[in-house]
This record gives sequence, structure tokens and C-alpha cells, in this order.
Amino acid sequence: MTMMKTTLGAAAVLALSAVAALAEPAIIYDIGGKYDKSFNEAAFHGAAKWAKETGKKYREFQIQTQAQRSQALRQLAQMGANPIVMTGFAFADTLDKVAPDYPKTKFVIVDSVVKEPNVESIVFHEEQGSYLVGMLAAMASKTGTVGFIGGMDIPLIRKFECGYAQGVKAVAPKDKIIGNMTGTTPSAWNDPVKGGELAKAQMSQGADVIFAAAGGTGIGVLQSMADAGKLGIGVDSNQDYLHPGHVLTSMVKRVNVAVYNAFMEGDNVKPGVKVMGLANNGVDYSYDKYNEKLITPEMKAKVDAAKKEIIDGKIKVHDYMTDNKCPVQID
Amino acid sequence: MERMPHWADVVLVPLLNLLIAFFLSGLVMWAIGENPFKAIQIMVSGALGSTYGWGYTLYYATNFMLTGLGFAVASHAGLFNIGGEGQATMGGLGVALMCLFIPWPNWWLAVIGASVGAAVLGAAWAAIPAWLQAKRGSHIVITTIMFNFIASALLNYLLVNVLRPEGAMDPSTASFPAATTLPSIHQMLGVFGIPFARHTPANVTLLLAVAACVLVWLLIWHTRLGYEIRAFGKSEPAASYAGIRPVRITMYAMLISGALGGLMAVNSTMGESGRLIMNASEGAGFIGIAVALMGRNHPFGVFLAALLFGFLYQGGGELALWANVPRELVIVIQALVILFTGALDNVVRMPLEKLFLRVQKGRA
Repeated sequence: MTMMKTTLGAAAVLALSAVAALAEPAIIYDIGGKYDKSFNEAAFHGAAKWAKETGKKYREFQIQTQAQRSQALRQLAQMGANPIVMTGFAFADTLDKVAPDYPKTKFVIVDSVVKEPNVESIVFHEEQGSYLVGMLAAMASKTGTVGFIGGMDIPLIRKFECGYAQGVKAVAPKDKIIGNMTGTTPSAWNDPVKGGELAKAQMSQGADVIFAAAGGTGIGVLQSMADAGKLGIGVDSNQDYLHPGHVLTSMVKRVNVAVYNAFMEGDNVKPGVKVMGLANNGVDYSYDKYNEKLITPEMKAKVDAAKKEIIDGKIKVHDYMTDNKCPVQID
Repeated sequence: MERMPHWADVVLVPLLNLLIAFFLSGLVMWAIGENPFKAIQIMVSGALGSTYGWGYTLYYATNFMLTGLGFAVASHAGLFNIGGEGQATMGGLGVALMCLFIPWPNWWLAVIGASVGAAVLGAAWAAIPAWLQAKRGSHIVITTIMFNFIASALLNYLLVNVLRPEGAMDPSTASFPAATTLPSIHQMLGVFGIPFARHTPANVTLLLAVAACVLVWLLIWHTRLGYEIRAFGKSEPAASYAGIRPVRITMYAMLISGALGGLMAVNSTMGESGRLIMNASEGAGFIGIAVALMGRNHPFGVFLAALLFGFLYQGGGELALWANVPRELVIVIQALVILFTGALDNVVRMPLEKLFLRVQKGRA
């Protein structure tokens, strides 16, 4: 009993002194880990950039089990880390329970919405960026068939697929869209071999442009397309440089900017929902020295016009996750 | 026949294995520039130094205890049930269906219902490979591991297409009703006025797991079925000759094994997350194999080994949190322990056996 009280007391003292000592920001990566070459890694780059520019330190944690979600959140909050950024919608449920216990700590969640007074929720309009790369795919395709390869079959990836399909149909209503998901388990995010095989299968059905929204699996898709002399489309980070001349463009989702901004704001993070779309550069299609020869001025003009119309609200891109349906037929 | 004393077999061998594993882990730590002694200190104080640490250690241990027992029961019948993961996954489905679709008035009725659901689905998932083994001779290692993939794909389908609430992003079920929330150790000890850290996931399922240890011990060593299972596991022809029916024993052993594996989901799904999420078993089915091997398939051994692995999980987590040790290194430490206690057991056992025999001969 007394022993237990002493330890508890010691832990409390430790926690208090930690609060005084620390005001570093912290980031928690989801189970995929910080080197997933995709989503978590983009977040890591944002944090690393902040550290390099400010010369300050931050705390990071990669969770290994489900129970560690709340554990990491509570421990970091008790250490006094502020703000605490977490990547991935899987944290939403846990954060909902933890956030009210630490009203003085600011939490930032990427890819999900948590309605608490000390939480900033950052979500992206992935369908808008996907729509633009869909338009480019349709314009670049010579066969009239384009492909989509997703990672794990979850609604978020269906959202990419649906936006892409709408973009394709906007340019070429008769074009065929072949869609495949790599798998149903998290390993689908990191299976470049299977990604390459799926790309070959889609090419044999006539696809000559394929959009890979599949994390590390996408690397295999882009490789296969480059080997066959056809075009791939990258995702999340700008992947145009991987195979110059064979990556048509990339659907850029600026998770790194979101993390960087949150770290910069520190305690001044504004709670509420922050939607990052085309309008505020949260998503975009990439255009640089590696793909400028692939995108003709006419193509660029058309896409930029559509981009403006989406920003102005003249084009409404349907978001798959609002009703789990896609208005466009995908084979 | 000459053998080394029993105490050396059950205590000394695992202990030496552990020491070697920790020594190697220390070397790895030292190689990446961390202080191994400080690391051990963080792990021990993080996992065992406070009731907060115990809350997590016991939570993980509960998972491993149940999957470990599941493996041990099948192992006594000579069956290598590598499908604990799939059986736990299906157990999770059983828990979710029970909690979501039956309006339980209170938690203790709910936990009985959920346990039945978990055990039935876990057992059903083990029943098909068992039947294929018993009737068709399809090797159970192959079929059970394949069933892990099927379970994961099936659950994925159900979570994405059927059980996910409208508009939700996470492929998981809705949260279970508040009435099904299991009392945590904090609340249970609070009744007796004993302080225990809040917000830790250890819950009443721990008692269920301990009860399962006792029941498995009774089953294996104090019932007729247990005797038949052991006899069958030692020698199938001899058991058949004695009138033990192979099909019956294979089925019973695997059904019990699957049910125990399924029960693990009560802890993780009902006790921790309060809803069914994808991959809720988190490899506990595989850790269970190591736990059973280390515990020599004896329930008390499983109990101790589960505590050890609970310590490794929680201590590893704390290590990553406080010392900025990469997560991968924590997995290396856990893997070294599994390697030495499970796979490389004979590295210590054989020299030790020889040593004991020499000493005995010297005396004689």
C-alpha cells in the first residue's frame, strides 16, 4: 500500500516536472510506420523540415499496438508536449476520449474529424486532386482505357478512385476505367510486386495510363509502366522524378505542409476543422521539369481551367465518402 | 533413463534462454549508441514500476494467456495450431455481433454473451481445419495458417461493407453500447479502496484468462478427455489401439483450442477498443505460440510466459516513448526473446543436459 502510494506520488511528481521542462511538439505515426514512403513519411518530412528550420527538437512515436494509441497520447500530453499531431483516421476514436482530459494541450489529427474544443482536424479534398489527374489521364491516353490501382480497400481510397473516374469521364465520357485494389489487409500498402503485376494485367486489358493510390505498392506500378513505355501517375508526394518521362503527374496531398504548419503554430493551433483542397494548396497535380514534356500546353490549360472552376464551386466533384457511392461506372 | 532434474527443465532452461536474449539485446542497444542498462531500467520501471505500467502489462498478458492456452491444448494432442490469429479474429466478430445486436442490461451478462459468441466463432473457425485434418489428412499447419488469411479477408469485407456505420471513415463497427463496457482493474480495485492507475486497458477479462488457465489445467490432467488428448498426442497408433478415436480427439482438441483463441477478443475488442476494428488480434495469435512453447504447454508456464511477453510489449513501448529508441529495435528485442525461448531452446538445453548427466555420473 505505502509502496504503491510512493510510486504513484513519484510518478505524479515526475509528470509535473516533465510538464515544466517540455513544450516540444510531438508527432505520432500510425501503424504503417514513419518510413512508409507515403502518408506517414510525408508527415515525417514536414516535422523534419520544421526541426531543420527552427533548430528545435520534437518528440515522435510510432505505435505498434492498438492499445498504444491512447497510451502514447496520454503519455505525451503528460510530458507536456504541445501540440500533439497524429497521422491517420484510426486515431479519431481514441482522441475523442483522450482530448477532454487534457484541455491545455492542443491536438491535431490528419485525415479525420474530431469535434473537441482543443482539437484541430485536418482533412483533404482528395477527390479534387484526383479529378484533375483523371482529366490528364484521359487526355494522355491513346487507347481510351485508363487504370486505377488502390492500396487497401477502404473508403478513403475509393474516394481517390471515384474522383479520378469523374475526371476521366469529364474529358472523355466514353473512356473505360479499370479499377483494382491491391488487397484487403494493411500489407496492401507495401506490396510493389503485386502492384507491378496488377499494372501489367490492366495494360493487357488496354490501359495505357494508370493512377496508383497505394503507398509503397505504387512504386511497383510506376516501375511497370515505365518498363512498358507507358504512363503512371504518382500519389501523396511528388513522384514525377522516379521515372522521368513515364510519370504523367502526381496527385500531391500535402500532409507535410499540414504537419509543418501545426508545428509552426505551436500552442496557437486553431481548433476546428481545417479542410485542405485545391483552393488552399492542400491537394494539387504536380507539374515540374520531369513531366513538362508529357503535359502539353492545351492539356495544362484545360486542367487549370477545371481547377479554377472547382475552386469557384462551378464544378462539384462528388465525394465518395459522403454516401459510399460513385456516380461513375468503374470496371 | 537418465534425465536432468525437473526443476532445471522448467526453471533453469527458460531463465538461461532469457539471459542470453537480454544479453544480445543489450549488445544491439550498445551498438546503436544507447545505454543498455538505462534501457533495461526504462523497460522495467515503465512496465512494472507503477500501477500504470502494470495496467498495460496485464492487458497484453491477458491476450497472450488466452492465445497461449489455445495453442497449448492443441499441442497436447500433437496438433500445431498456427491459426490462433484467425480464430481470435473470428472471436472478435463474435464479440461484436453479441455486443451490437443484443441489448444487454449490464456488463456481466454482456461479458457472458460476448464470451460465448467469441468462443463459438473461434471454435467454428478451428473446426474446419480440424475436420480436414481428421478426415482428409490435410496438414493442419497449412490449413490453419491459410484460415488466418481467410479470416482477415472476411472480417475486412464485413467491416468495410456491412458493419461500418454510414459515413464513417475507419473500417470498424460502431462503438458498443455503454452497458457493455467492462470494468477496468482501476474500478475493480477501487471497490476495495486500493488505488490503481486510471486509463489503463487492463480489465475484468484478466480474471477470465486466469480462470481459463485453471480450467485448462483441470481439463488436461484431471479429466478423461484430457488424458485421451495427451495419449493421442504422444502416440496416435497407441491411442487408437487403446480405443481412443482419432477423429473425435482431433476435433475436440481443436474446438477447445479455437474457443480459447477466440476468447482473446473479449479482452481486446470489448475491454480495450469498445468496438471491433481491423486487425484487433495484432499478432497475439502468433505470440501465443511462443508463450506456449516457453511455458512448456503447462497453464502455469503459459501464465508466467504471458506476463513476460506483456512486460516486453509494455516495456518496449515505454522505451520507444522515452528513449527515442526506434520501434524496429523494440521488435528486435522481442524477437530475440522468442527466438531463444522458442526456436533455439536446444542451444541451452542440450549442453545443460550433458552437464547434469556428467555430474550425476561423477557421483555414481
